[in-house]
Amino acid sequence: MSAARPGARLALVAALAAASLAGALLTGAAGLDAATVARALAGAGDPAAVAIVRELRLPRALAAFAVGGLLGLAGALMQALLRNPLAEPYVLGVSGGASAAALGALLLGLPAAWSAPAAFAGALLTMALVFGLAGGPRATPALLLLTGVAVAMGWGAVVAFLLSLAPAERLPGMLFWLMGDLGHVPAPGPALAVLALGAALALALAPALDALGLGRLRAAVAGVPVAATEAALYVLASLLAAVAVSTAGAVGFVGLLVPHAMRLLGLRRHRWLLPGAALAGGALLAAADTLARGLAAPRELPVGVVTALLGVPVFLVLLRRHGTGHG
Amino acid sequence: MAEASPLLEAAGLALAAGGRVLVRGLDLRPRPGELWAVLGPNGAGKTTLLHVLAGLRRPAAGEVRVGGRPARALPRRRLARLVGLLPQEEEPGLPATALELALLGRLPHRPPWRGETAADLAAARAALAAVGLAGLEERLLATLSGGERRRAALAALLAQDPPVWLLDEPAAHLDLPHQVAVMRLLRARAREGRAVLATLHDPNLAVRWCTHALALMPGGEPLAGPAAEVLTAATLGALYGHPLETARTASGPVFVPRP
Repeated sequence: MSAARPGARLALVAALAAASLAGALLTGAAGLDAATVARALAGAGDPAAVAIVRELRLPRALAAFAVGGLLGLAGALMQALLRNPLAEPYVLGVSGGASAAALGALLLGLPAAWSAPAAFAGALLTMALVFGLAGGPRATPALLLLTGVAVAMGWGAVVAFLLSLAPAERLPGMLFWLMGDLGHVPAPGPALAVLALGAALALALAPALDALGLGRLRAAVAGVPVAATEAALYVLASLLAAVAVSTAGAVGFVGLLVPHAMRLLGLRRHRWLLPGAALAGGALLAAADTLARGLAAPRELPVGVVTALLGVPVFLVLLRRHGTGHG
Repeated sequence: MAEASPLLEAAGLALAAGGRVLVRGLDLRPRPGELWAVLGPNGAGKTTLLHVLAGLRRPAAGEVRVGGRPARALPRRRLARLVGLLPQEEEPGLPATALELALLGRLPHRPPWRGETAADLAAARAALAAVGLAGLEERLLATLSGGERRRAALAALLAQDPPVWLLDEPAAHLDLPHQVAVMRLLRARAREGRAVLATLHDPNLAVRWCTHALALMPGGEPLAGPAAEVLTAATLGALYGHPLETARTASGPVFVPRP
């Protein structure tokens, strides 16, 4: 079929991602020009510039890209699993569990370095809880969705409770965490590695996801082992979301909007949609983080707020232009 | 050759839904070249039967064997290369084009992680052309009419082209010429060596095109045999619980309900 068209569109998304990363490297309080940044990136020139670009800007840009990519990819997988236009990486409660655990750790006065492992543990606990309550390997997507939404609401109440207990001086940090915060990411390596591995695994499932996207019976008729594929999808998507949320907090909107935006661009089949969602999610979050750092400098805005302010209008325009036949 | 190892064989099958037994003691052995009509009133178990034969659900009793092995023991992909099903309706899902739906028929024929080949694409396009959808390949399913969507789904089965075809109401939502076209297509495929079973609501399509018929009688005792033997006004009247009359035409009998 028109393989050239989705290929060209994916290339466009990739170019957007590269531009967004370049923008992140070029923007900052130090006011370095493009030539200096390029030289510093290669390790040459002024040692101070090298330190700023390679130790501050690059890790942060890559962390933003990785988290956005994880969320975009996890969102695309969740939408194929649940076949619900509202499905996103957090819909099954993963971010609720992560948030409650991370806030609990902050409230207990544990060092900030503990938030990420606590969030990851909370996310894994939620995964196991939702999967178990929904019937384990025999869970249907509808049951998973309802169970996950109920568990997410429960975690929402726990989060509100923890916030009400928190002393005033801890509240800003906790609220930043809830809205997504890339200011405390130690190193982007693990998240990038998980993104690469997750994308490779997801791509191997792409033809099965195309079938599953048209329904469970349709997929079974096409020879897809439905229950096993759904279990794999659930675990993979939840793990990706857990890594994202424990890296940067509960960044919203990326996982919901990016896969839909890719479909509206014509990247429907999962072998195009999955890399597209990963690249576009990364591009969106890297751009949003650049703005979050720059808009109100020297203050930083929570990146989740910028993501939404940036993503929602773009998405609504796409939806109005190409929304026919969608969802 | 078909006698040696029947492709699809149901023995002592009982079907139940919602705790109610619908069918008892069904033995079925459709052979290549046969086109079976599966008839019965609403809720008689037609869809349940096709799903059981396709290995998608367990029968209440009895066994379905495909190529000599229990259907439920075969890996899904292997089973999909032997038995294909046209579902009664499409489930709500993510947006997809007619070509993307037709391409699903090729999925069981290649390694699960592999993208489609040029041959897969050619088969899917040919299947769409065979159901009169040439030119609509890139249209989203949601923008097609009910009958066009139905034919796109049929194209997926054509592209899959297994030895055993199960079709759940292939004539539903189709206008008269397309009903005839589908029945002709099924008869042609049967004559090429497929075993084809289709649930139908119109006994006249059955009597005109099918070689065999299975009537899922209200009492639960199915009636199966050559079309001419099963498709009589008396049997159909008992099947639907409404009296029918037979009119003789140049090309065979026609059944009409008594007013």
